[in-house]
Amino acid sequence: MTAIGDNDRRIEKYRRMQRIRQFETRAETIHAAGEIPGALHTYAGMEASGVGACMALRDDDYMVGTHRSHGHPIAKGAKLRSLMAELLGKVTGICKGKGGSMHLSDFSMGSLGETSIVGSGGPVTAGAALGAKLQGLDRVALCFFGDGASSEGAIHEGMNLAAVWKLPAIFVCENNRFGMSTPTAAGVAGAHVADRAHGYGIPGIIVDGQDVDAVEAAVREAVDRARAGKGPTLIETKTYRYADHAVNMGRDLTPRGPEHDEWLARDPIVLYRARLVEDGVSGADLDAIDVQVAEEVADALNFARESAYPAFEEAFDHVFVDRLPIPDDVRAHA
Amino acid sequence: MAKITYLEAIYQAQAEEMERDSKVFIMGEDIRCNVFGTTTGFVERFGEERVRDTPISENGFIGAAGGAAMVGMRPIVDATISSFLFPAMDQICSIIAKSRYIYGGQAQLPLVIRSCLFYGNSNAAQHSDRPYSMFMNMPGLKIIAPSNAHDMKGLLKAAIRDNDPVMSFEDSTCWMVKSEVPDDLDFVIPLGKGEVKREGTDVTVVAIAGAVNIALKAAEKLKAEGISVEVVDPRTLVPLDRDIILRSVRKTGRAICVDPAHKTCSAASEIAATIAEEAFEALRAPVVRVTTPDTHLPFSPHIEKPLYPSIERIMDAARRLVGAPAPQPQPA
Repeated sequence: MTAIGDNDRRIEKYRRMQRIRQFETRAETIHAAGEIPGALHTYAGMEASGVGACMALRDDDYMVGTHRSHGHPIAKGAKLRSLMAELLGKVTGICKGKGGSMHLSDFSMGSLGETSIVGSGGPVTAGAALGAKLQGLDRVALCFFGDGASSEGAIHEGMNLAAVWKLPAIFVCENNRFGMSTPTAAGVAGAHVADRAHGYGIPGIIVDGQDVDAVEAAVREAVDRARAGKGPTLIETKTYRYADHAVNMGRDLTPRGPEHDEWLARDPIVLYRARLVEDGVSGADLDAIDVQVAEEVADALNFARESAYPAFEEAFDHVFVDRLPIPDDVRAHA
Repeated sequence: MAKITYLEAIYQAQAEEMERDSKVFIMGEDIRCNVFGTTTGFVERFGEERVRDTPISENGFIGAAGGAAMVGMRPIVDATISSFLFPAMDQICSIIAKSRYIYGGQAQLPLVIRSCLFYGNSNAAQHSDRPYSMFMNMPGLKIIAPSNAHDMKGLLKAAIRDNDPVMSFEDSTCWMVKSEVPDDLDFVIPLGKGEVKREGTDVTVVAIAGAVNIALKAAEKLKAEGISVEVVDPRTLVPLDRDIILRSVRKTGRAICVDPAHKTCSAASEIAATIAEEAFEALRAPVVRVTTPDTHLPFSPHIEKPLYPSIERIMDAARRLVGAPAPQPQPA
């Protein structure tokens, strides 16, 4: 638990959700304008899932995420400058311009990767939890994955290993209704991903993924259980992806049904704002947060735009500890 | 100095490094029961937390080694037979090889993935792979393939101490072969340094893993025919000691690359290409590969054994390169 009181904690949840939404809105706009190379997978609509889960973690707890990577680091508290710079492929990016949209992983926030091979975070999470346990640290490791990944063997191998060894791990399936263009029901047998927990003898919890307090409470219980040495939990957050699998692809691949409008009507940020106001937080204070966040996003974008692209040598660094030599024939035309 | 087997060298390297560094631990399928003798007494000595039997879940526990390494541990994974690496290609290639790079140097993965090359003993195609060259094509993985107990111990200790992921391919044809190994607890052989195992002047034989021992026997027989063979063992395939190979070929002007792997895109192929690119002016004859052909390995020993590089095939290649006729059978 971070050292902030309950009221501050609720404001912080609102702030982080706003950060994600505004970051994504801006990223989508500049991607459309051609400023961001490659594909852009946005997290809008899923903010309560990521923020709720990360607010139940300590700063030194570990987290592994997915190709839809922008929301997780912001949810865990990362600053925006190096994330935006990474999207633009700049050397000041969190991955020095070598990861991009699918890999916004800030290790200083306890992240151990945002991995774009669907499901591949499962074994890594189990291993991080094992590493924490072997070193006598009371840290936990949390794995974000999607409904699509719930059919990948790697997720199941990670959950089985964590369950067999009673590792301090939490598996959070962010069920956003679609694996790219495939509706969950067409890719996942059984009613709920969370039901799969029973096969491993671990708790399987379903939570409203648009309710940030509910997600935090569910993950906190799982974190407490993990820290107490009682093993992993599988939590399924029922949420919704607003944008297409990747934005600005020219045509929408996501087959939206009649429930689309119902999901939009349950926007996690609108819902939470209403709850806070009902509980006595002033709308003006929340407006002020919105403005502060807009300034943070603008600052991050300015920083990214003003940053340099990586030198060509960077392409040969970090394959190993020692930088690789650049072949002469490649250098001649770089 | 003591004379020990290749398997004892693996045991000693692991035991010494686990004793030296509490961050080192070992996991794999059925390792507590010590199938091959490389973890003798480990549970009693290091405890069950550091000597872990895993589920049959290669992608799971090899990926978990990646996660544990990222948070400060130094795992040794015993994947037993190298064919069992295939279910874990996902974690080896997408997580372990790439995490340092993708995240701009934020991740460090000091881990060793051990597996044996289990060929030549009627284990059929699914257990007989020699897949190191497949991993040579994936940046981010260091690869050792020692040919004797001395090198095995020194290289494995270096691998465990290295801060990059290292794959150790251990040739089962070398398991029971003994050699002199230093007792020094800090005896390590730097990764990326090959060794000339036998000096010669007419032909260079660059041999991989167990093929080194076959090449040395062929060299001895060829000496009787007046052909002087230099045998070079790269020992480490990534990074590859190109200098030691090129230096030898520039001296002899002829090269044979001997590799138990399948011919296409083998380590021999990479070495042959390097020689052709870098030492073409020194060559007096074409570069030759002696490898396992691109067919699968059958169960029945009579049709399995002739597929691997042999003393006879190396001798034929050497005679061809120096233009010497094969000796005629002597009349009875």
